[in-house]
Amino acid sequence: MRKLKYFSLGLMMLLLSNLAKAQLVIEITSGADQLLPLAVVPFAYDGKGALPADVAQIIENDLKRSGLFEAIPRTNMLSLPSKKEDVHFRDWRLLKSDYVVIGDIRQIDSESFEINFELINVLSQKTVEKHTGLAVKSSGLRDAAHYISDKIYQLLTGVRGAFNTRILYVTAEGDRAAPTYRLQVADADGHRPQVIVESEEPILSPSWSRNGRFITYVMFRDRRPNIFVQELATGKRQKIAQYKGLNGAPAWSPDGRQLALVLSKDGNPEIYIFDIATQKLQRVTNHYSIDTEPSWEPDGKGIVFTSDRGGNPQIYRVDINSKAVERVTFEGDLNTRARMTPDGRYLVTVQKNDGNYHIALQDMKNGRVQILTETYLDESPSIAPNGSMVMYATTHNGKGILAVVSVDGLVKYRLPSAAGEVREPAWSPFFE
Amino acid sequence: MSVNKLGKMAVIGLSAAWIAGCSTTATETDSSSVSEAEANNVAAESSAASANGSTGNAGDESFGANGNGDLSSVIVDGNGNVVSADTAAAAETAAANAKDMLVGVAHVFYFDFDKSIVRPEAREALAKHAKYLVANPDARVVLEGHADERGTREYNMALGERRAKAVSRYLTIQGVAAAQIETVSFGEEKPLEFGHNKQAWQANRRVEVRYE
Repeated sequence: MRKLKYFSLGLMMLLLSNLAKAQLVIEITSGADQLLPLAVVPFAYDGKGALPADVAQIIENDLKRSGLFEAIPRTNMLSLPSKKEDVHFRDWRLLKSDYVVIGDIRQIDSESFEINFELINVLSQKTVEKHTGLAVKSSGLRDAAHYISDKIYQLLTGVRGAFNTRILYVTAEGDRAAPTYRLQVADADGHRPQVIVESEEPILSPSWSRNGRFITYVMFRDRRPNIFVQELATGKRQKIAQYKGLNGAPAWSPDGRQLALVLSKDGNPEIYIFDIATQKLQRVTNHYSIDTEPSWEPDGKGIVFTSDRGGNPQIYRVDINSKAVERVTFEGDLNTRARMTPDGRYLVTVQKNDGNYHIALQDMKNGRVQILTETYLDESPSIAPNGSMVMYATTHNGKGILAVVSVDGLVKYRLPSAAGEVREPAWSPFFE
Repeated sequence: MSVNKLGKMAVIGLSAAWIAGCSTTATETDSSSVSEAEANNVAAESSAASANGSTGNAGDESFGANGNGDLSSVIVDGNGNVVSADTAAAAETAAANAKDMLVGVAHVFYFDFDKSIVRPEAREALAKHAKYLVANPDARVVLEGHADERGTREYNMALGERRAKAVSRYLTIQGVAAAQIETVSFGEEKPLEFGHNKQAWQANRRVEVRYE
């Protein structure tokens, strides 16, 4: 009996370690109407052994995932040039490729490489961009690929790329009645997941500091919610709120000095601002209704939040100086968990219409509202730092997964996990 | 079925929960990723175990007492984890009185969608909890509020709290001291049922009464 128990224990741990490695896989479900065709030619490699990462493939996947590009399949390529003088423009014109990306990787020593790449316009035959001597460690090849993707994306769309960013999310795996919760961080494409915190009690509401060095999240301890701030690189963490009642929805201010959070210590849920340097609390809302889910405006002057003070939950804005409150959303049966695009132009919410919860986008200039998603039980929207995409949690085939939709609603892809439930995505800022 | 029989069944049920609790703990200890909270749990648990051991028969008694409380407390605390054993040990002193007063009394109370009004059918059972708490001023109760999966997580945390507070108000109106009651919300994080349908949602919109 005892032996059996140990055996099954070992088996379980084996399974667990596999589950922890299970990463998110991208499934593109729809793209923009007009795709820009381009070819990312496999980079030539001068070195020993196989490269730990196919840089050109990562770039191609990044660009395809943006929903704006169509990649010429490698099997259709008539040649695999790595220098401009080897590019036969007629061939690429025949393949209807507007641009071609070429490059090569040279091994310096066992651990370091040097990458050169060039983006060429097929019609004008001119070089759009050329980079030489990009030095990387072998562990940094994926980062370099995302960096190159960002460059190409910016040159061809005029918008800064957000491929070289990361996401936080929470997984729940194992027995559904008593799962193991893991706060994880991964590349924006779901690769290289790492477990930050593991707990037998729920974890929710992760979010990033503006410089991407710190995170904050809610974790239950001894059946009560606590708010933590943690430095990603060192794992060093501080418990910043453990009051009676709710401790929730922490959100970093744009200047990185304060956190908005929700406490119900004074009776019912209110928005507070916690100053990190002084460790002092300032109350910003004062109403007997539910006030929760604070999110800062990009200029830091106001906070948008969810309140049911009007009868059902809608988004309101509080001015931090005057404490004046105004209602922001009017369409839909309810609106919750607002997030603003970095330019302050759009407000993303979870909107309920006829019993369905979808991600909605409200234009702050003209008030127009567009429903972006058609998935089921959508929640937790988080906006990419370049304002182009919204990652959110949804239910697909009865399972919690992450999905992405572009702010114009045209591009959609899913990031399901091989195992367990995935939820609460938080898109990182740019890493400078 | 006699009260005695019910009690015996509960003892068996709880023992099963206790064993399950032990094996869970073993996994945690071995996995080298034990958080502080879990470590505390383990410590609390082992002290509870030794307390039971040192008084010989007392272990059985404490389980029996809690078990006699009612069967739904197995559901409430159970979920097959250590907490039930913790509760059993912590409730040891207060439990003796609970034996008679809370037999067969519901510990889980349900709510309508987006509502936090205590339903009329809950009143009788809540009055019994109130009576018990008034009679045992040292007893402490935690009201754990929950929401269904629809809507956003932090809003559901607030909704769960509002439900727990509604039950708390009901108890204080019946004369329970506010200091005896704590309200906590789990939002949509701890569902009882896992379906994405009306029946599951109803089962999950609830407040659980847990004695500490």
